[in-house]
Order: sequence, then structure tokens, then C-alpha cells
Amino acid sequence: MALIDLANPTRFLALTARILPWLAAATVILMAVGLQQAWTAPDDYQQGATVKIMFVHVPNAWLAMFVWIVMSIAALGTLVWRHPLADVAAKAAAPLGAAFTFVALVTGSLWGRPTWGTYWEWDARLTSVLILFLMYLGLIALWRAVEDPSRAARAASILTLVGAINIPIIKFSVEWWNTLHQPASLIRSGGTSIHPSILIPLLIMAVAFSLLFLTLHLAAMRNEILRRRVRTLQMMQAQA
Amino acid sequence: MSGNYAHFIISAYALTALAVAALTIWVVTDYRRQQAALRDLEARGVSRRSGRTEAS
Repeated sequence: MALIDLANPTRFLALTARILPWLAAATVILMAVGLQQAWTAPDDYQQGATVKIMFVHVPNAWLAMFVWIVMSIAALGTLVWRHPLADVAAKAAAPLGAAFTFVALVTGSLWGRPTWGTYWEWDARLTSVLILFLMYLGLIALWRAVEDPSRAARAASILTLVGAINIPIIKFSVEWWNTLHQPASLIRSGGTSIHPSILIPLLIMAVAFSLLFLTLHLAAMRNEILRRRVRTLQMMQAQA
Repeated sequence: MSGNYAHFIISAYALTALAVAALTIWVVTDYRRQQAALRDLEARGVSRRSGRTEAS
């Protein structure tokens, strides 16, 4: 199946029906391996056992930003290329991104209390991630408020692209401003500063959560296509 | 596990598990709801007039 064939929703539905069970199984297996590795990883010499929170906090924080990047690419697909599945992809991703951001905020708060002595601080990193969460909620509200999917898609695409400016602000906030949040320790010049005994479980959990997002996103896209078919049929029924 | 901080760690994992479960249940129940709605419409004789599919 050529990539262009996926522009056809019927072919997309056939593809998701075939690959979703395999993706779900791979997610469950990798998540189980990641959790086992995370639970048996050694304590950090400074943070003690609280470092275990990192194995769920960091993948969710990465996905919080990654999902917005996916939505931004989909927004370009809607506005520039008018791809028939682009706004379906963006709309299906928003609740997932909101959930990952919420989990990143709360687990970060639970990690911050024993590490920093506070659950919350209005510094650049924490505040910019909170703004990201509010932008996800705003997008979801916009899609619900506008009944016509194509009109909602255009407005949401513009809002998504404007909101994308927040992603580099989140990423570099720990370098541009003084913040309680630690600087980047994995992707940085000079290589990672994390010991392999902690780095390997973290990477496994990151891949597992990425697979979880891919699985849920494809399933949510399938649901959105079906929802639009139901809407089309209901309109035909009303006109008959 | 350090006893003083155990509740922070357990809370973080419990919240994450709850969020994953909630997203999974939402996706599965939404799929069943849309399938049921489509079946209901088709049972009432409402179907697309052409073989053309529509995403938007």
C-alpha cells in the first residue's frame, strides 16, 4: 500500500484494523518490560528512590511536546496540502496530548515536593507547560464549539500553528531563565549525563509511551472517521 | 523503596496508570458507540449514495 493511499479514509480504516492489535500487543509488552526495568533500577545517589518518578514523568513530558508537533504538522496538512485525514489526525491527537501534559504536570509536582521542597513554582518551565495544557483544552473546546468539521479544522489549525511557538520556549526555558527545573540531561551537547542503569529503563519507557500514543492515536483517528460518517448519514436522513 | 517518599512514587505511578486506563476506555467505548450508531442508521435504510468515502 502506497503512502498516498492512506489519504483514502476507507483504506486507512482497513490498515488500522490490521495493525492496531499488533501495536497494542507491542505496547503492552514494552510497557511491562519498561516497568520491570524501572522498578529494579538503582536509586539515584542524590534523589534516592524518588528518581523512579522520572520513568513516568519524562516520557509524558516528551509526549506532551511531541503531540503538539504532530498536531502542527497536521495543521500544515490541513491549511497547505488539504490532506483529507490531516484535521482528523489533529483532532484525535488533542485529548491524548492534554492527558500526557496533565500527567507530566502532576507527576512533576509529585517529584518536585521531595526534591525541591515544593509542589509548584511559577518558573519558566512549569508555567510554559501549564500554558501548553491550557492550549490543549482550548483546542478541544474549539472543536466542540464549531459544528462544521471543516470550519473547525481551519480555526484549530491556525491556533495550533500559533501555539507551536510555545514548544521551543518549553524546551529551552531551562537554559534561557533561572528555574528550579533541572537542565536537559539526555539530549544535550557533550552527550547524556545519565548513568546507563537509569538511562536504559528510561529509554524503554519512552519508546513504550510513544507506542502507546501511536496505538491510541490511530484508534482515535478511526473513531473520528466513523463519527463523521455517522454525521453525514444523519444529515442525509434529515434531508430525506 | 525509601519509606518517606513511597507515597509520592506510588501516587505518580497510580495517576499514570489511571490516565492510560481512562484513555484506553475512552477510545474503546467511543469506537463501540460509533459502530452502534452506524449499524442503527444502516438498519433504518440510511446509507451513502455512492461508494465514495468521506473524512470531513
